[in-house]
Amino acid sequence: MVLSEDQIKHIAKLARLELSEAELKKYGSQLSDVLSYVDQLREADVDGVEPTAQVTGLENIFREDAVEEWDGVERMAALDQAPDTEDGQVKVKRVLS
Amino acid sequence: MELNRLTIKEASEKLDKGEITSVELTEACLARIKEVDGKIKACLAVCAEEALAEAKKADERRKNVGAIHGLPLLGIPYLCKMNIMTKGIETNAASKILKGYIAPYDATVIKKLKAAGAVLLGKTNLDEFAHGASTENSAFGPTYNPWDLKRVPGGSSGGSAAGVAADMCIFALGTDTGGSIRQPASFCGVAGLKPTYGRASRFGLIAMTSSTDVPGVIAKTAEDTGLVLSVIAGKDKNDSTTTVADGAPALSDSYSEQREECHGAGAPQPTLKGIKIGLPKEYFIDGIEKGTREAIDNAIEKLKELGAEFTEVSLPHTKYAIPVYYIITPSEISSNLARFDGIKYGLSRRGEAAPRLYDVYAKSRGKGFGPEVKRRIMLGTYALSAGYYDAYYLQAQKVRTKIKEEMDEALKKVDCLLTPSSPHPAFKIGEQSDDPLKMYLEDIFMSGPSLAGLPAISIPCGFDNDLPVGMQLIGGRFDEAILFRVGGSYENATEWNKDKPLL
Repeated sequence: MVLSEDQIKHIAKLARLELSEAELKKYGSQLSDVLSYVDQLREADVDGVEPTAQVTGLENIFREDAVEEWDGVERMAALDQAPDTEDGQVKVKRVLS
Repeated sequence: MELNRLTIKEASEKLDKGEITSVELTEACLARIKEVDGKIKACLAVCAEEALAEAKKADERRKNVGAIHGLPLLGIPYLCKMNIMTKGIETNAASKILKGYIAPYDATVIKKLKAAGAVLLGKTNLDEFAHGASTENSAFGPTYNPWDLKRVPGGSSGGSAAGVAADMCIFALGTDTGGSIRQPASFCGVAGLKPTYGRASRFGLIAMTSSTDVPGVIAKTAEDTGLVLSVIAGKDKNDSTTTVADGAPALSDSYSEQREECHGAGAPQPTLKGIKIGLPKEYFIDGIEKGTREAIDNAIEKLKELGAEFTEVSLPHTKYAIPVYYIITPSEISSNLARFDGIKYGLSRRGEAAPRLYDVYAKSRGKGFGPEVKRRIMLGTYALSAGYYDAYYLQAQKVRTKIKEEMDEALKKVDCLLTPSSPHPAFKIGEQSDDPLKMYLEDIFMSGPSLAGLPAISIPCGFDNDLPVGMQLIGGRFDEAILFRVGGSYENATEWNKDKPLL
């Protein structure tokens, strides 16, 4: 499985990663190597086998849909980590342009 | 007497008898860190002042109540991996994107250790976001193996394993997603326990692969790992996978009973009579180095002498464990690491160079993540992308079912499985850091139990060219007790865990 440069660029865009030309080239060949290796999974016979997403055997743990008051000091400590805030909210650039 | 060399069991006995104080014990560990960490680089942060204050509190608590039973960690100093949240102390996952990040709250396992009176000494190095098997992927430089400073300590919990091996602490916390506690424990000649998935809360761990991540313990003996597990285990409303399924054995019941049986006052010489251990033939491959194989064979002989019976078992899907792991892991990583976007915390590229929101994301992530993290995010993004999901992710999940089923099935016939922890001892720094695929194969004996969510422990069992060798014991779901029973008996009958690196 060899990925083209366009494919690598597309994946990087989907992943929101800005990569240098050198990185694009290097990761391209390394990802192709790994994909060739994992391709052996295709030969495994899994007809009628259910996929496993988690192993606990648990199903649907519910909690009350209620607002939980969080410690005010911890809340401020969390907000203080954001590069830009306004009125106790994290500020971002406009999403629609 | 060098107090920092004590095990938890030894130290807590001395504390109970009033022979030593937690302040003295903590000072001994801090002095050791100062003495040797310049060359080992296990710690990314040391909080001496806070540690001594906690130690003082523990001493007062003990004075008020006298010898305290049921609080085995009161006043015991430990190190914690840098990807576990500690309130007020930096938690950066060894990544530039989180450099300077101060967690606003404690992880559940940290809260439990605080309540039990354990003393946090500092935070340890790891592969960035726990992506790796050598600790070379840390953005802040590698950790060096105390047994040979030219070699890696393993990873990703390399700092925790090296810290315990060099007696900088009495125990350390790590996390294990596909071998990250067990493999470094084996490379550093210490005990490393990955509990059953769901045994201890993941709340406050920086998520990597949510379906296999577990917090666990690196310590000087298997018995010590059990003492720490008894404190950090338990149901947590903030991690619903800890809601143990009906019928699963509670840790306290099975474990304390067996401890009593094996080590209690007046107990007979520990025996493994009646214990059946399976040797999965797919794990005893030709690629295992000769000295490693000999150490494992000798350990099997010793366990036979102690009364254990061995039988060969077959786990035919073992060969798919690594390919499955390296589809599922990057897929979950690409999703879990989406939160590092330069908006809420961590490194952020803003201003004129990033006119659009997209640019803030892409530039912050491009600048903040290291090479292995980028590779895994891209691999996962690809495996989950339109048109490839069925071929990669869904197929991997189905093969995961087969791996889990056949391990569960084998563990109905035997009490536990025994394998080498790694096909070879610690390798040299730089030797394979440029070959990601080769590094992925490091987890060859580790990823099966992770995908199946089973408990497993690595215990030192000898040396290969003067480097420690570890054996892995794998137990049934929620049956950590068998690991402590077999591991503890083996330790009592051997001296491997008493060997120390010369520094």
